[in-house]
Amino acid sequence: MKTVDLSKTSVRELNQALHDQAQTCTEREWQVLQPAGKHNLVCGLDQNLSIDIQGHAGYYCAGMNKKAHVVVHGNVGQGVAENMMSGSVRVKGDASQSAGATAHGGLLVIEGNAAARCGISMKGVDIVVQGNVGHMSCFMGQAGTLVVCGDAGDALGDSLYEVHIYVKGQVKSLGADCVEKEMRDEHLQELAALLNRAGVNEDPAQFRRYGSARELYNFKVDNAAAY
Amino acid sequence: MSDINVKPGLRESATFDRHTIAEIQRAADTGIYDIRGFGAKRRLPHFDDLLFLGASMSRYPLEGYREKCNTQVTLGTRFAKKPIVIETPVTIAGMSFGALSANAKEALGRGASAVGTSTTTGDGGMTPEERGQSSKLVYQYLPSRYGMNPDDLRKADAIEVVLGQGAKPGGGGMLLGQKITDRVAMMRTLPKGVDQRSACRHPDWTGPDDLAIKIQELREITDWQVPIYIKIGATRTYYDVKLAVKAGADVIVLDGMQGGTAATQDVFIEHVGIPTMAAIPQAVQALQEMGMHRKVQLIVSGGIRNGADVAKCMALGADAVAIGTAALVALGCNHPKWQADYEKIGSAAGYYDDYHEGKDPAGISTQDPELMSRLDPEEAGRRLANYLRVLTLEAQTLARACGKNDLRNLEPEDLVALTVEAAAMARVPLAGTQWIPGQGF
Repeated sequence: MKTVDLSKTSVRELNQALHDQAQTCTEREWQVLQPAGKHNLVCGLDQNLSIDIQGHAGYYCAGMNKKAHVVVHGNVGQGVAENMMSGSVRVKGDASQSAGATAHGGLLVIEGNAAARCGISMKGVDIVVQGNVGHMSCFMGQAGTLVVCGDAGDALGDSLYEVHIYVKGQVKSLGADCVEKEMRDEHLQELAALLNRAGVNEDPAQFRRYGSARELYNFKVDNAAAY
Repeated sequence: MSDINVKPGLRESATFDRHTIAEIQRAADTGIYDIRGFGAKRRLPHFDDLLFLGASMSRYPLEGYREKCNTQVTLGTRFAKKPIVIETPVTIAGMSFGALSANAKEALGRGASAVGTSTTTGDGGMTPEERGQSSKLVYQYLPSRYGMNPDDLRKADAIEVVLGQGAKPGGGGMLLGQKITDRVAMMRTLPKGVDQRSACRHPDWTGPDDLAIKIQELREITDWQVPIYIKIGATRTYYDVKLAVKAGADVIVLDGMQGGTAATQDVFIEHVGIPTMAAIPQAVQALQEMGMHRKVQLIVSGGIRNGADVAKCMALGADAVAIGTAALVALGCNHPKWQADYEKIGSAAGYYDDYHEGKDPAGISTQDPELMSRLDPEEAGRRLANYLRVLTLEAQTLARACGKNDLRNLEPEDLVALTVEAAAMARVPLAGTQWIPGQGF
């Protein structure tokens, strides 16, 4: 295992060393010490690496991740795993706003809470939050799955496209064009598989499903009040 | 109704003219605002209101055909390991695949590459046709992040973080359902046929301090190789430019309200933003006050049509310009040869602006396979290259007449204004006077 101490090494040097693995992988397991909330840690990875960050990370941790598996043993700032393509990111603590924003693929697990706009404009990622999510989560979500084991804040799923949303707790309010939908067998199976993949021990039957009513997909003058 | 058919004695209202009446009637019929492409159509203070002071006794001109006048510009010298070198200071502005056909995007790449300049992606990701034909390609990073991925990011020669657009500062993108074909839907991860309205704000940062960190992230992902531009629509330009420089931009792209769009509300196009000519001095002042003029390069767009416009932008302090609408016209947009087809869709050559409908007879702003096939990307690319060469030659002609051996040596002192408004906005004297409104005598 390669260990990098960020009290002695710069973020640039760390990221460059990780990017160099994309061409010739000489070390698959990495440990990052003393992250001290630094921004842009381990972003732009493109190799099947396993990285443990021992502490808190700042903005855009694991941004645009491809293939790598990142665990943050602490909290993360804004935009963790933003635009992730594949691989996985697990946050042991809480996440600030816009967790998993625009991410196309992979799995994001937040063991604590996620702030506002979790999963904003998500494009295929699977997100599992064991705690609560803040307001405007999944705003303009396009594809993928958002699972919230706690409560969801205001305007959940506003202007939603095709994301599947599952919430176990209370939803303070639904956003424009987001509605509660029937939980059928295929949804229970989908949710069970995702919870299992995320290593989260919850009963799928306790969740409710939300999705797009698809009423705003094309402009209708009768919906003008919703725009 | 043409004027020739109006009976003598009938008087048209200046307030409720025929266009206004037609728009009220259209709104009453449909219940929706007018959406269209193109840029502002109203008359605005523009570069036509400026003139060059050619050399005579007090200035020494350069020989028009023999003495060199440099047009090469390097963009992104502040932080990037690999700045972009363009052979002419006329670049191609960001226009999306989706709004434009794949053939049109390819043609833009071909034309730009032929003269050694750059072209730019748009709100829909990077296509192989575009990357393949563009020797220098700027990859736009937009609020929607449609098609955004790190592989394409690393293929780009520069990254342009788009905060706004001159045609709609404060507004998001729009692509109506008729243009969301299978390929466009797949690239944008959207259901086919939806009316796509993309966000006006980025999803993961909310102000200039956040943007500084976002730019650092993009630099980290690309290992600090390529320049990062910030594009703004012209509104509070002085402050926006200062904040963009503070956030870490290598290049500022400033788009005035004459800048085009593929689809936006008409009320937005005509009533938001400031003219390009008014925005440039604000941007240059901001850069100069920060000691960053020429260190952070300034690209100006919005209504640039000819070499005189190019030269005037550069005289006001721009390092380069970008063209969008003019580039489409060079490809064949609004060409008279399609007049019969324009009439079939209720328009006419020279007036066509319904880019959002996807019925462009010229095969440019469409995803219809039959219409797209009308545009030969090689031929259209040659037309664009010809046009870019003319812009360059015209700008050089004017620069030499002012005694300048580099387009970037043009300066405000070479200009005068024809109107008080232009003098105030461009901050150059009214012709025949020493008077710059707002700056005393």
